[in-house]
Amino acid sequence: MTPTRLSARGLAAGYRDRVVLDDIDLDVKPAGITAIVGANACGKSTLLRSLSRLLAPRRGQVLLDGHDLHRLPARRLAQRLGLLPQAPLAPEGITVQDLVSRGRHPHQGMFQRWSRDDDDAVSEALEATDTADLADRLLEELSGGQRQRVWIAMALAQRTEVLLLDEPTTYLDIHHQVEVLDLLQDLNHQRGTTIVMVLHELNLAARYADELIAMAAGRVYASGPPHEMMTATMVREVFGLDSHVFADPISGRPMMVPLNRQKRGKAQANPVTADAAASTNRPATITSG
Amino acid sequence: MLLLSAVLAGVCLTLMLGQTWIDPATVIAVLSGEQVPGVSFTLMELRLPRALVAVLAGACFGLGGAAFQTMLRNPLASPDVIGISAGASAAAVFAIVMLSLRGAPVALVAIIGGLGVALLIYALSWRRGVADTRLILTGIGLAAMLQSAIAYLLTQAPAWPLQEAMRWMTGSLNSVHLDQSVPLLLALIALGLPLLHFARDLEAMRLGDDMARGLGVRLSLTRLGIVVAAVGLVAFATAVTGPIAFVAFLSGPVAAWLIRHNGSVLIPAALVGALFVLTGDFIGQHLLPARYPVGVVTGVIGAPYLITLVMRDNSRGAT
Repeated sequence: MTPTRLSARGLAAGYRDRVVLDDIDLDVKPAGITAIVGANACGKSTLLRSLSRLLAPRRGQVLLDGHDLHRLPARRLAQRLGLLPQAPLAPEGITVQDLVSRGRHPHQGMFQRWSRDDDDAVSEALEATDTADLADRLLEELSGGQRQRVWIAMALAQRTEVLLLDEPTTYLDIHHQVEVLDLLQDLNHQRGTTIVMVLHELNLAARYADELIAMAAGRVYASGPPHEMMTATMVREVFGLDSHVFADPISGRPMMVPLNRQKRGKAQANPVTADAAASTNRPATITSG
Repeated sequence: MLLLSAVLAGVCLTLMLGQTWIDPATVIAVLSGEQVPGVSFTLMELRLPRALVAVLAGACFGLGGAAFQTMLRNPLASPDVIGISAGASAAAVFAIVMLSLRGAPVALVAIIGGLGVALLIYALSWRRGVADTRLILTGIGLAAMLQSAIAYLLTQAPAWPLQEAMRWMTGSLNSVHLDQSVPLLLALIALGLPLLHFARDLEAMRLGDDMARGLGVRLSLTRLGIVVAAVGLVAFATAVTGPIAFVAFLSGPVAAWLIRHNGSVLIPAALVGALFVLTGDFIGQHLLPARYPVGVVTGVIGAPYLITLVMRDNSRGAT
């Protein structure tokens, strides 16, 4: 099966009198993980909303395997392209099992009742997200991290080729952020699901994504693999922040350390990259030795 | 299932009980067409129409109310709180007093009134999208205005028996006829079935609009369908019984509580509504020292719940 291609051509979108996105051309890496990054109000959520049909384009098109997204029948589209909004609402008194089952909505019609496939999809989603033992619990009883895993389980149960997520790690502590991203990476590796997400945390984006799309002022500033994209110049131009970028000692992925006002002058005269990496490693070697 | 049998039991009991006791055998005999002196009139002209209309109107109110509450994700967003019932009622009174209409045309005008108010609320609360709170507050304001419009129209009528006037203020089952239950039944089928068709989409909409669209719900189309069907149901019932207070408002939450939030609330809400009107009318007729229309009884039960709900929402908003 060839992976689904999601792309935008000459896309402009906005709300009422305000154009937020302009002239966007992009191709999402098929079967890859793409992270959309950028400063606040640069249009990254708007881009995700356009790619996920929540927002109709002013101009241009979003294409799924060459077909205009907004011309595909809603239910067919929902079988292929899943979506996890930033703040989904949890109905009062709903159990984990019930919520995850709702991911099967697009696979059921008037005459198609709950089937074996549906059962399989739900239990597999619960297993994959490690929430099977929570199945009978009420959603409101769970911690933030567990809850986010359940929402992802629901998106998994939908069994789409493409999954779009709007800031899936917001409100989570660093432990749960990594847990959620690990889960998405597994999903990508094991099923080849194309993942596109908006991420605030630049270092995590560089760590997990195969491709970064950096947005600035409603346009794509640049896109490409993290090791090409993540440069001090990009961080300065997209986020307005001086930083140092170096290879993270564990994964080898690029990592960014922001420079504050006091350090800024010194750092430019005397690069501290090697020192910084070494000093983070030293305590670890001492304790292990 | 349990609810359905409760409704059926309620109907049977209200047929047998009253000022005079009619034993089950006689009830069955009369219902199957036999003439029993003294009993036939009580049963066929008084009790049966009341019971049937109570069940049908209650189901219409319950179904329409629960659909609105689920769609707008707020128990306060019920047609009788946000003025849609009052709109239908005002239109019905207008049709009767000013246009001298009777029967089916009144129902039609009531529906136009209900839909008109729904549109008006929507237009008035529209400002870069519709926020739930603004919509509800606008609706409550409109409801108050429409109540005074009804009162004004009632004073314009030459001579209204008090009972008749009460119907359009709080809802009543007095002087309903058997033939009124037929259009009500047709409305329940014609509008209720499409609404049940949207039940699954409604469940998806509870997860938020974005999520619903992500799950393949055609949002604007579904919303339009639900509004038209639910307003139609409420307006139809209002045209026959008047705006029976708080039935639409209470049925959904009670049904949700009864089924422990499992599955769609629509059918249970219809049954709860039916049961609510039936028992409310029975209490109003027989258990109180004087005879009260059903709306007075349901109002007494519903108002405290409305107050607790507003208080709970307020404290939640404050924290």
